[in-house]
Amino acid sequence: MRREIPLLITAITGIVFVLQYFIPHAPFNKMNTWFSDWFSIVGAFAIWLGALNLLKISFQKIMDKKSDWFFALVIIISFFVITIIGFAEGQGFREPGTTFSWLYDYVYSPLSATMFAILAFFVASASYRAFRARNFEATLLLLSAFFVMLGRVPVGDIITGFLPQQYQLSQVASWIMTFPQTAGQRAIMIGIALGLVSTSLRIILGIERSHLGGGD
Amino acid sequence: MEHVAVWIAAFLTLGIISFLYKDNPWYKLSEAIFVGISAGYWFVVLFWDNIYGKFWVGVFPPDVVDEAGNFVSHGVPDYALIVGAVLGVLMLARLLPGVGWISRWPLAFIVGCTSGLYLMNYFSSNIMRQVQGTIIPLFGIGYGASVYEIIGNIVIVGGTFAGLVYFFFSKEHRGAFGATAKVGIWVIMITFGASFGYTVMSRMSLLIGRIDFLFGDWLGLIK
Repeated sequence: MRREIPLLITAITGIVFVLQYFIPHAPFNKMNTWFSDWFSIVGAFAIWLGALNLLKISFQKIMDKKSDWFFALVIIISFFVITIIGFAEGQGFREPGTTFSWLYDYVYSPLSATMFAILAFFVASASYRAFRARNFEATLLLLSAFFVMLGRVPVGDIITGFLPQQYQLSQVASWIMTFPQTAGQRAIMIGIALGLVSTSLRIILGIERSHLGGGD
Repeated sequence: MEHVAVWIAAFLTLGIISFLYKDNPWYKLSEAIFVGISAGYWFVVLFWDNIYGKFWVGVFPPDVVDEAGNFVSHGVPDYALIVGAVLGVLMLARLLPGVGWISRWPLAFIVGCTSGLYLMNYFSSNIMRQVQGTIIPLFGIGYGASVYEIIGNIVIVGGTFAGLVYFFFSKEHRGAFGATAKVGIWVIMITFGASFGYTVMSRMSLLIGRIDFLFGDWLGLIK
C-alpha cells in the first residue's frame, strides 16, 4: 500500500494534466485548476520542509557543539529575524518602506548579488586552467567564448574599429548568439525535451519509480 | 537609517568578497546570514502568497463588496483547496520518524503534476515549436534576405539537424552519419563557448554592480 497509493496518485494527476491539454472542458478543466492550486500549496509546504530541516540541522550542530556551531546560531537568528518581521508586517510585507523590504534591499540583495558576482573570478580561474586549444573542437569553444566576451564590451569594437561596422566584434558576437548558438541550443533543447517527454511517460505509467525511494 | 543600511550592505558585500583571499570567519558570518535570510525570505513569501493568499483566502473568502464598500454577497468558499493543505501537511511528516513514508503521497502528487505538465508543455514548446522555428526559408520570404541572413539561416537549419544527429546514439557514428555528427559537435562546441562567454559577462556585470555600490554608494568615490 505504501507504494501502490503514491503510484496511483502520480498516474491520476499526470493523466489529468495530459487529458486537460486535449479536452479543456469539464471536468478536466476544473480538475486542472484544483491540481494547479494544490500544487502551489504543496510547493509552499515543501519550502517549509526545507527551512525546518535547515533549522533542525543547525540546532543539532549547536547541541553537539560541532566546529563552527556559532555560524549555525547565526543562521537560526537570521531566519527568525526575517520570518518574525515578515509575519508581523502582514500581507503588505513587501511594500516599500517596510522592515522586510529593508532587509531585502540591504541584506538579502547585496549578499545574493555578491555571491553570484564572485563566481566571475572562479569561472575565469577555471577557464584559464581548462581552456586549451588542444584540438579543433576545443579551439571552436575557445574562439566562440572569446568573441562573445570581447564583443559584449566597448573595447571589442575599439580594437576592430578599422573594419566595416558589420565585421566589428559586437556584430560578430551578435551573429554567433543569433545563429550558431541558436542552432546548438535548439538541438540541445529538442534532445532534452524528448528525454523529458519519455521520462514523464514512464513516471505516469509507473515504470519509473525511483522518486518513491526504497523500502516498502 | 539609510547611512547605516549602506554600511551593513557594504560590510556583507566585503565579507563575501573576502572569500577570494581564503575561507575566513567574516565570509562564514556573511554566508550564514545569507543562508538564514534566504530560507526565511522564501518561508514568508510562500506563506503569504500560497498558504494565505491561495488556501486561506480560498477557503474563507472575504465578503464581496461594491465600490462604495457596501456588502453585496458572501464569498464562495472553495473547499477543494483543503485537499492541497492536507497534502502539504503530509509533506511535513518527512520530519517525523516512523510516519515519514506518508510524505510519499504529496511527493507523488508533485511528481505526477510535473510529469503531466512536462509531457505536454515540453512536447509543444520545446519540440514542435522549435522544429517549426527551424523550418525556415533559407533565402528569406520572397528571397529578400541578405547574404548575412542567408548564411545564418543555413547555419540554423544545418546546425540544428547536425546537433540532433550527434545526440542520436542508437546508430554508430560512421560514414555520412558520423560526418554529420562531427559537424553537430562543432555547432555544440560553439554553443557551449558562446553560453560560457555570455555567463561570464553576466557575472562580470553583477561584479561591476557591486564594485559600483562599494565605490559609489558606500565610499562616495564615484559620483
